[in-house]
Amino acid sequence: MVTINIDGKSVEVLEETTILKAAEQAGVWIPTMCHSEHLEPYGVCRLCSVEVVRGKRSRIVTACNFPVRGGMTIHTNSKKVQWLRQVIMELMLSRWPRVRVVKEMAERLAVKEPRFPSLERDEAEDACILCGMCVNMCNDVVKAGVLGFAHSGIKREVVLPFDERSDSCIVCGACAHVCPTGHIKVILEDYRGKKPEFTLGPKTPIYVPTLQAVPRVPVIDAESCIHFETGGCEICAKVCEPNAIDYSMQDEIVEIEVGQVLVSTGFDLFDASAMAQYGYGRLDNVYSSLEFESILNSTGPTGGKIVMKSGKEPKAVGIIHCIGSRDTNHHAYCSRVCCMYALKFAHLVRDRTDAAIYQFYIDMRAFGKGYEEFYNRLLDEGVTMIRGKAAEVVEGCWQGNGEPSLKIRCEDTLIGKFREVPVDMVVLCNAIEPRRDSDAVRRLFSISKSPDGFFLERHPKLDPTSTATEGVFIAGCAQGPKDIPDTVAQAGSAAARILSVIAKGEVEIEPVRAMVQEEYCSGCKICNNLCPYIAIEFLEEKKVSHVNEALCKGCGTCVAACPSSAMTGHGFTDAQILAELDGLMI
Amino acid sequence: MAFEPKIIGFLCNWCSYTGADLAGVSRIKSAPNVRIIRTMCSGRVDPAFILKAFQLGADGVIVMGCHLGDCHYQEGNYKTIRRLPFLRRLVKGFGIDPRRLRLEWVSASEGDKFALLVNEMTEEIRSLGPLKLSVHHEIQQPVAHH
Repeated sequence: MVTINIDGKSVEVLEETTILKAAEQAGVWIPTMCHSEHLEPYGVCRLCSVEVVRGKRSRIVTACNFPVRGGMTIHTNSKKVQWLRQVIMELMLSRWPRVRVVKEMAERLAVKEPRFPSLERDEAEDACILCGMCVNMCNDVVKAGVLGFAHSGIKREVVLPFDERSDSCIVCGACAHVCPTGHIKVILEDYRGKKPEFTLGPKTPIYVPTLQAVPRVPVIDAESCIHFETGGCEICAKVCEPNAIDYSMQDEIVEIEVGQVLVSTGFDLFDASAMAQYGYGRLDNVYSSLEFESILNSTGPTGGKIVMKSGKEPKAVGIIHCIGSRDTNHHAYCSRVCCMYALKFAHLVRDRTDAAIYQFYIDMRAFGKGYEEFYNRLLDEGVTMIRGKAAEVVEGCWQGNGEPSLKIRCEDTLIGKFREVPVDMVVLCNAIEPRRDSDAVRRLFSISKSPDGFFLERHPKLDPTSTATEGVFIAGCAQGPKDIPDTVAQAGSAAARILSVIAKGEVEIEPVRAMVQEEYCSGCKICNNLCPYIAIEFLEEKKVSHVNEALCKGCGTCVAACPSSAMTGHGFTDAQILAELDGLMI
Repeated sequence: MAFEPKIIGFLCNWCSYTGADLAGVSRIKSAPNVRIIRTMCSGRVDPAFILKAFQLGADGVIVMGCHLGDCHYQEGNYKTIRRLPFLRRLVKGFGIDPRRLRLEWVSASEGDKFALLVNEMTEEIRSLGPLKLSVHHEIQQPVAHH
């Protein structure tokens, strides 16, 4: 620690601290225009110049990069410093008279008209003031090395290599973030080539997955994090006080031995852009149900406010049911949950806005406990129910405020007329469909799918949670579209089934098993390699094959292959099948 | 009386038999000519069963299993797919048109495919006519190798 004197105040600071930081500690303001706490001091604006007195000698230094020494006396507002700041500020004003940060600083330093002739080259209010913070950010912190200075003197400017869009630029936005004038803008065409599941705003590379996440800690997306591309940045590690950030962590594959599996892999949302007539992905303010759910969420991108892309509240909202469900071109089945969440949407829109609400439905399916009552309540709340599937969504003009808006065309089957309903926002009730990778998962567990593509249960009524594979159970939308109460019930039932086997401590196996009649076995070992379960072993001392009944699943492949008919399959012996054949040929 | 083909179908328990069941549950109409024998896996279908079926007077045999990669027993249908071509060549040697022996993949969800295949096979066998096996058919002697 060293003691220094700033404007008559005595302060104790760490050695090697810069004068600027020491002054901050002492509560003394020093103007600066090229300093950021995230960057190394650059000392280019010269505004932070102060007068340093040591003994009888005094000199002018830049406070941002000059380290303190013991016994230093610093004047931040002496005549000499004031005169210098005045000149620097006038020079800046003569160059950038319209830039907001320059004007503000000039006002603060009581500098009015520059005495120098105008050197203005860029008349924009957000012109570049050559502070160099973007260049330092790009080169020192991000380590992408894209931005640089070109030319010198009055021609000096910040440029990209060859003045072209650079491949090295990873569009991290750090330069725009640090730019004091707003000269640099990041155009988010497609946020770094990544499409998160619901894109309603750019995601930062470090984020808490959801507010309900367990454990509720942030994760770093290594694909979009600057650090993993350039080795730079590390700002999150610098600001994290408990030092919880570890960049060296790797994905790992953990193998866990289990006896039973519950497959509850959920569903995918039908991509409504496949039905071009509804304009999803093409027209503004047409949302999928999950996107609208995220808009309604108080921790969502709009903070729970129902607003259009323009930021204004919609005057009318249309909710279209059965997008991709009950449609032979896409999914013939009913997705079951849409009617009820559509009603919930209507209820929340009614609650939070004054918008008129139109529901376009084929049939109202309020099938669960308390659902019909909720539907009746919605009718009382003044939601307009139009029976008829909407034909298309087109751009229209909402007459209320003259803003371009949307129009839903449909046939109202109850009054037998075609209607065009002007709305500001459209919510589509997308179908629930099997997950993209469900076939791979299905093969992993040897389970079948039903014609709709969802996992097939062992029996639709008597055994809806287990599958054809012993020890593999299914629950939730992986088995078929269902709402939360049904999912909870099915998952509970599956868990109980699993626990009952664990509690019993032993597993019952099917009686269909292969068996070797040792007296016929010639010991040829053909069956040994055929078995996918390695259930057949060769007994060296007896020179015969032997089936481990606990491993055998009873497929009978070995029975069919045995050249001496020594292998028999219980329930499906040669004699039984040949007798069947005999019977069938009558 | 018009010729009604007798076709024996060997169906695996997990995919094809369930698919046939689905065809029935869905009330899909199909020819009644395929008489089904259930096996746990298409890999259980011993070549001897097929030959026996022809010997007993079947006009055609259709073996159905899970799609490749979908086998309940992981790889039983791969065993079947290797056996059947040999068997077709063998039945040809007995003077049986190989079109009378088919191998098809029907999953548990393909009730309509099951019905389609049954109808297709029935029509094909109908056009081929009844199977006439000459009991003393001459079998080509294998050429001696040196």
